[in-house]
Amino acid sequence: MSDVALSIQNLSKSFRIAHQRAGRPGYQTLHDELTTLPRRLINRLRGNGKSTSEIFWALKNISFDVKTGEVLGIIGSNGAGKSTLLKILNRITEPTTGGVDIYGRVGALLEVGTGFHPELTGRENIFLNGAILGMTRAEIKRKFDEIVAFAEVERFLDTPVKRYSSGMYVRLAFAVAAHLDPEILLIDEVLAVGDAEFQKKCLDKMEDVAANEGRTVIFVSHNMDAVRHLCSRCVLLRQGEIARSGNTSEVVAAYLGGEQEPQHDPVVHFPPKDGDAVIRFAGLYGPEGQPTTSFSSSEPVVLKCFFNVKRRIPGLRLSFDVFSFKGDLVFYSTISTAEPAISIEAPGEYKIAALIPPRLLLPGSYSTTLALHTPKTKLYDRRRQALTFGIVGTMADKFDGFSGDDLGQVYANVKWQRVEEADIESAVGHSVSILASS
Amino acid sequence: MSTGTSIAVSETDTLQGSALTPSQRSEPTLRIRPTKGWAALNLRELWSYRDLLWILVERNIKVIYKQTAIGMAWVALQPLIAAAVLAIVAGRVAKLPSDGTPHLLFVFCGLMIWNYFSQTAQRSSTSLVNNAQLVSKVYFPRMLIPLSHTFSTLVDFAVMLVMLFVFMTIYHVAPTLRLLAIPGFLFLTAITATGVALWFSALGVKYRDTNYALPLLLQIWFWASAIIYPTSMIESPRWQTLFALNPVVGFVEGFRWCVVGRSALTPTMLWITIGMSVFALLSGAFFFRRVERNFADII
Repeated sequence: MSDVALSIQNLSKSFRIAHQRAGRPGYQTLHDELTTLPRRLINRLRGNGKSTSEIFWALKNISFDVKTGEVLGIIGSNGAGKSTLLKILNRITEPTTGGVDIYGRVGALLEVGTGFHPELTGRENIFLNGAILGMTRAEIKRKFDEIVAFAEVERFLDTPVKRYSSGMYVRLAFAVAAHLDPEILLIDEVLAVGDAEFQKKCLDKMEDVAANEGRTVIFVSHNMDAVRHLCSRCVLLRQGEIARSGNTSEVVAAYLGGEQEPQHDPVVHFPPKDGDAVIRFAGLYGPEGQPTTSFSSSEPVVLKCFFNVKRRIPGLRLSFDVFSFKGDLVFYSTISTAEPAISIEAPGEYKIAALIPPRLLLPGSYSTTLALHTPKTKLYDRRRQALTFGIVGTMADKFDGFSGDDLGQVYANVKWQRVEEADIESAVGHSVSILASS
Repeated sequence: MSTGTSIAVSETDTLQGSALTPSQRSEPTLRIRPTKGWAALNLRELWSYRDLLWILVERNIKVIYKQTAIGMAWVALQPLIAAAVLAIVAGRVAKLPSDGTPHLLFVFCGLMIWNYFSQTAQRSSTSLVNNAQLVSKVYFPRMLIPLSHTFSTLVDFAVMLVMLFVFMTIYHVAPTLRLLAIPGFLFLTAITATGVALWFSALGVKYRDTNYALPLLLQIWFWASAIIYPTSMIESPRWQTLFALNPVVGFVEGFRWCVVGRSALTPTMLWITIGMSVFALLSGAFFFRRVERNFADII
């Protein structure tokens, strides 16, 4: 018995990128190959065969072990080599050098619905998809009812899947894959699909698989919440190399903190462009009116935005989003909620300030996106992640959470107080009367 | 593609001790390593995936005439009309000989074998590209995809076989024990078609030229295959032997021998046919295995 489920040793994978002439399709034709053959032969004889193509290393010298029963997350930005690694583990593509030893049966879930045939019925597709994923016919028969129940498609079993709603399609596909019985399960981005409720069901199922059935899972995802939720250990890939590995929350924080390049200037002048409504300038200011990107949690953040409106635009609004460093939207605000109302419909140059109240944002880094738009109809100008700022906690020591890394989205100004037993009834009675009167 | 790599799968390979820590003494179930050059056919793995093969075959059969009004009737209608037209052209217009067999029966025999051969080659040659999503997302022996068409096209052949017996009754051709040799010739046709299909499907992954080249090749091949004329039209035995280098000639003549008992097939021609069939299958299979490792990267 071995406690290592999977051992990756000095794994590298290269692709040859051909330098194509402009206007050529992405794949070669026999004609191309034949007409360039003499030149390529000459190049090869001269030993400079690299002049017509370039070697690109998708993975460089990757080594790590995965223990039996472990749920390992692999994260990284697009092009970091995550999918290539999964494809090698799943034998879809092969390494250029190095190797992998796998102890156990591998099952993979690289894309939901792979191998579904639109003309075939749900029932037929369960067998087809199951077999493609590596199940035997007998195994599928045994699990058939369970799969159908999980997917909630009983009534549509004999309908061709091309008539399924996309939700049903995804549910059925995930259901088949989730009932695979491998000792090592490879999962890539399956949770990017389906509605929130089904996503939760999938997450629960995967957690179940990992925790209760003691299976080894390798999970590749951009969904940091899912990674944090499921994985005990993480490997961060950057440009084909292991940038960091270890405890999930540390690696995720390193990824989220380090991979995005923050904009540090407190004020930004945007290059002029054409348009009916265009943002010219945005800036962040502290309580004394000084431009800054660092704020105390007890002081307001003043966001100023200058913009031009060329012609009258009924209903025009200036809005902004504030995102946390994890990429979650913390809140949205728009000028139409201003009291007293501010109209920006008429042509002219506008200078607007928005004040984010103190004790709203938690200590951390944030970015903001500004937009000029009419509600639900037209976007005139948008400046993504225009400004970045940090909130420095003045009460950080009082504010350590249970897990230390997730304190929620906002600082809630909750009133805490000590109550005497006799007070409880009156307090409850008081709130009930408030509810009743409103 | 000279630096291709592939994956060695082995349950019995000895481990190189240096690469492993002492805690990993047990044998890995799977070793993924780059390998160079020609790869083994790995028939054992192919066999372990037989369930998937049958399900793919089933899928091919179910899907092919879906959402058509007359469905499977096309299987019967297509060769019937083609045979009728060709029989009229051969018998009435061109006045080609038919070794004394009624023209319709003569042409139909040839067309049965030809249809099976060309349908298999054509359907499977595009199969990998049509299933690009599968090839780039899931692992299984890629050979199963073209191979599944070798089997699913047998359904079309079976339908034509029923029609053949109807024709034999109409033309008062008594069935003989020679009919028992049909599976043998069918088997040879199948392995040749599979060989051609493996070549073209594998080439098609990299060069989409095959989409245009194969139909053209098949068209020429059809006229070179003694389907609407008998091999006996070629008088010199030496040229006949050379003619047999095209294995389809052997299949067609052999099949006619099974049905009507008259044929120009000689033992030498038969041996050449068998040799060519085996060559087609093996060369196709080894070529496929050689280039298979790059499919997911270039499809």
